[in-house]
Amino acid sequence: MSRSVRRDPVQWLKYVVLLFASFIVLFPPYVVVVNAFKRGDEGNDPFALPRSFLNFDNFHVVVERTHLWHSFGNTVYIVALSLVGNVVLGTMMAYCLGRLEFKGKKLVLGAFLFATIVPTITTQVVVFSVIKWMGLYNSLYAPVILFIGADVIQIYIYLQFIRNIPYELDESAMMDGASLWRIYRSIIFPLLGPATATLVILKTINIYNELYIPFLYMPKSELAVVSTSIMRFASNNQAEWGYICAIILLIMIPTVVLYLFLQRFIFSGVTNGAVKG
Amino acid sequence: MNGLSYQTQKRIILLCFMSVPLALLALFTFYPAVKLVWMSFTDWDGLEANPTWIGFANFVEVFTNRDLFGVFLNQIPYAVVGIAQNAIAIVFAVILNSKLRGRNGFRVLMFLPFIMNAVAVAFMFQYVFDTTNGSLNILLGAIGLDGLARTSWLGNTSLVNFSLASISMWRFLGYNMVIYLGALQSIPADMYEAAEIDGAGRWQKLARLTLPNLTKIIQLNMFLTLSGALAVFDLPFVLTKGGPAGASETFLFKTINTAFQFNNFGLASAMSVVLLLIVVVVLSLQNLVIGRGGKDA
Repeated sequence: MSRSVRRDPVQWLKYVVLLFASFIVLFPPYVVVVNAFKRGDEGNDPFALPRSFLNFDNFHVVVERTHLWHSFGNTVYIVALSLVGNVVLGTMMAYCLGRLEFKGKKLVLGAFLFATIVPTITTQVVVFSVIKWMGLYNSLYAPVILFIGADVIQIYIYLQFIRNIPYELDESAMMDGASLWRIYRSIIFPLLGPATATLVILKTINIYNELYIPFLYMPKSELAVVSTSIMRFASNNQAEWGYICAIILLIMIPTVVLYLFLQRFIFSGVTNGAVKG
Repeated sequence: MNGLSYQTQKRIILLCFMSVPLALLALFTFYPAVKLVWMSFTDWDGLEANPTWIGFANFVEVFTNRDLFGVFLNQIPYAVVGIAQNAIAIVFAVILNSKLRGRNGFRVLMFLPFIMNAVAVAFMFQYVFDTTNGSLNILLGAIGLDGLARTSWLGNTSLVNFSLASISMWRFLGYNMVIYLGALQSIPADMYEAAEIDGAGRWQKLARLTLPNLTKIIQLNMFLTLSGALAVFDLPFVLTKGGPAGASETFLFKTINTAFQFNNFGLASAMSVVLLLIVVVVLSLQNLVIGRGGKDA
């Protein structure tokens, strides 16, 4: 604080750099926002403002052609089911690995470690036949089961948190005669709340962004999720920028709004998730 | 359950809690991994129940066919841009960790790209990079760089991978920055105070205190960048379909096409195995360098 901001050139330089970065961050979305409201006859200048920000024609066309609300519904359904599965199974697994002693624990830990090494997409060649064999091809449950079963990051997040819950809590509950199920349900599960928040944030971002799994396992058009519907639409309407910008905007708004409200949690979620490594 | 001994309870809990996750692990990780290795020695077409054993032919093909192994060259730009991205992210993290008005606003803004839908971002950049109507070329023209303003960012074979890599830089820079910022904030403030008392200047604090404390997280991010660059798939898949003339194909892109376009699942399995082994080597190096191998479990 010794030097005043006004006289310090380094401080000025910082602002210049930050403003330049802000420009780079905002430049592509600005073009999208502006062009989403333009009619086809409004000229080729991508930076010009539209005649009116109340012209929702592009949005109407896009929503109608892609059944976008339906895709949002599918996405939310997949995200919700996957999250429930991840939280329930993840906490249970972490309870066993973090609290109970049993033979073969090292083996189980090693097995999950192996799973973190294998990039999911490389095994799709075989997983595809597993999904077909299970009869889940072209069903919303194909991505759900893959998001629950093929991604194991939740185990690590929960294990890291469970170590910070003092074991004395379990011991005193046992003294009072609580069953292990009760300890899991009434002590461990609630105290893992912050880990659950981290998990919900990371997985929601991942699943919302996932393209290839829905593309590969749910080619049926009624099963489109947000990612696949924009991909189909943009490939079929090359260079119709007004429409493409409208669908981009519609898909971006929900997460941006959520982000602005939940930024504190998202930042801590991302930092917690990353430190695990 | 209250009447049972803890020993019995433990058995029941272990059985109930672990069977489903372990079954899923077996079904979606171990079975596929084993079958992948097995099928890499066959001419499996994805349908046939009894494919023929062809030994190492697929692997020979992977390593000798320049069209297959050679595409890794297309992924070098992703590694290069990824390293630059980490360096820039550290700079911004250091800036935003200093006393600065509006720093939370800048942090929120710079992280914004990360939470945008990846596919939407890809198409947003298709507009940015479009040759005739793209906002980048029009911007370059407007500031007088007419020579650059006709560049075909996604259509030029030597540029396309840098263009694509820059999209992922745009999306992930803020994410890396937030991680570095988290690491910076965990450096105890009294260390800085002590350094100031000893008369350390701004640059000395940066070089002697800040950066050494970041070493571990930098290493980790470098390896993540490297394994990320090895497994690039989405951007070329969405935007260029591997074009122009195969210039933006990546190894994973080739693998997936070999399987699902050309039904050569045997060769695709061999490619997956090769990629898997490379990733394992990179990760083992990572554990060796960072030396956190055994401590995690």
